[in-house]
Amino acid sequence: MSMQISRPARRSGGFRKLWRPKEKIPQALAVVLGSSAFALVLLAWSVLTYGGFVPPLFLPSPTEVIVSGYRAFTQFGLWNDIAASVYRVSAGWFLAALLGVPLGILMGSLRVVAAFIEPLIGFIRYMPASAFIPLLILWVGIDDSEKIAVIFIGTFFQLVIMIADVAKNVPKDLLESSYTLGARPGQVLWRILLPASLPGIVDTLRITLGWAWTYLVVAELVAAASGLGHMIMDAQRYLRTANIIVGIVIIGLLGMVLDLFFKMLHRGLFPWMSREGKG
Amino acid sequence: MSAKLRVEGVSKVFAAKRQPVTALEDTSFSAAEGEFVTILGPSGCGKSTLLRIIAGLEEPSSGSIWIGDRPVNEPGADRGMVFQSYTLFPWLSVLDNIGFGLRLKGSSRPERDRIARHYLEKIGLAEFARAYPSELSGGMKQRVAIARALANDPEVLLMDEPFGALDAQTRMLMQELLLQVWEESHKTVLFVTHDVEEAIFMADRVYVMTARPGRLKAEINVPLPRPRTYEMKSEPVFAQLKKTLMDLIRQESWRALNAI
Ligand SMILES: Nc1ncnc2c1ncn2[C@@H]1O[C@H](COP(=O)(O)OP(=O)(O)OP(=O)(O)O)[C@@H](O)[C@H]1O
Ligand SMILES: [Mg+2]
Repeated sequence: MSMQISRPARRSGGFRKLWRPKEKIPQALAVVLGSSAFALVLLAWSVLTYGGFVPPLFLPSPTEVIVSGYRAFTQFGLWNDIAASVYRVSAGWFLAALLGVPLGILMGSLRVVAAFIEPLIGFIRYMPASAFIPLLILWVGIDDSEKIAVIFIGTFFQLVIMIADVAKNVPKDLLESSYTLGARPGQVLWRILLPASLPGIVDTLRITLGWAWTYLVVAELVAAASGLGHMIMDAQRYLRTANIIVGIVIIGLLGMVLDLFFKMLHRGLFPWMSREGKG
Repeated sequence: MSAKLRVEGVSKVFAAKRQPVTALEDTSFSAAEGEFVTILGPSGCGKSTLLRIIAGLEEPSSGSIWIGDRPVNEPGADRGMVFQSYTLFPWLSVLDNIGFGLRLKGSSRPERDRIARHYLEKIGLAEFARAYPSELSGGMKQRVAIARALANDPEVLLMDEPFGALDAQTRMLMQELLLQVWEESHKTVLFVTHDVEEAIFMADRVYVMTARPGRLKAEINVPLPRPRTYEMKSEPVFAQLKKTLMDLIRQESWRALNAI
């Protein structure tokens, strides 16, 4: 008897709980919800295309896209395009990170450095990376280095500002307690500022890598003979709509895999972060 | 007796937005080698400011700080500090937190682990050596912070309401524990609090501060023997001291309230 009464009450309590801000949800439910969003998009796409509501030139059906994708891999060397793009994005982003992380940390922790370069970076970062393309072609030519430079410009300035913010937000309490334990300014940089900023740095790297990918198509717009961006532009020229979608989906998949990798890295590197705050 | 810590004519005026805030007025006192001195004052009277100036984290507007016969104006390992807020390094295990100061000095891993384990034992957290601060309760965190300061072997230990955020029971246990640890080394301690019982129980000598702007207004010796036990809190001497200090601090607390 009592079980019959308590069960529905508990279940509705469980449902209501889902709508409480910041409340945790079961892992299984998270997976179901996440996949059903994909399923919904796929469903809408299928209804629109198989149902004949839109012409294939605007939106080809899933089957057409899969066939095009298969052919792109087997006949048109899509692997080469992927490799070329991955190389350009990683190189541009890696250079940005290599210079941007140390600069950002210095900017966020030393007022003199911030006063010197923050206004300049704040000025440049609003300039669209694509507008630099003509200049970059003049300066570095039209080979890979031009594409890498576009991606670098697109990510570097944002990255520096974000890293500086991460370093700025390291609690002053931590610096002060290290001073009372005998730390010198150089030691504070290595032993406090860097480890305290590391989780934020990894997060920033993850986010800016995503941005680097969004600059890819722009970078491969001009004078590219390979790459996913080039393949998409080519497909547009010959009205192969399905290939455009193949290109976009592959960029999305690559991004998702990298995102997942960084999330796992975060979890593996920072066991000291409380599970609570991260969710 | 030669003074281990001397504070001479220290004052502090903060340049705030609207008008300058005087946090501390002409303050002078000293603590002898091995003495446990508490400073009792109402909230906002400048206790933290005073400790921060002694630690070298804040510059005084006037006056000077002396450790032995040496003036100090920068933070250093000679003055350890336990802060009012939790300041353990979250990315280091409890053991590495305690050994942090030793690591800065370049002592080897076995050496600093040995010392850290000794203090870990003392504060009763031996089984938490590998835990991270986020896994500890507030009371445990402050115990580790005390161990971290002591392991660095400072000449003077500054404590800024280390138990301020704890409940009454935990606070009492922590007071006894701190005294036990202190009995071993007899470091010179300057301990700030707004709790009258705590001020008496811990101290050889109590200074009472006025409401903002802070100034020392009374100095009271605590003739209780050591080692202290919690039973002493019910002795007549203790009650008498408590009454005296209550009267002094009540006046100041009222002044502080009216000043707002
Ligand atoms: N950086 C600062 N800038 C301006 N005013 C400050 C600053 N630090 C402290 N004050 C002021 O100085 C006064 C004393 O502050 P302090 O933190 O020393 O008090 P306290 O006795 O430690 O108080 P509590 O018991 O609440 O910790 C306060 O009125 C505070 O507003
Ligand atoms: Mg304070």
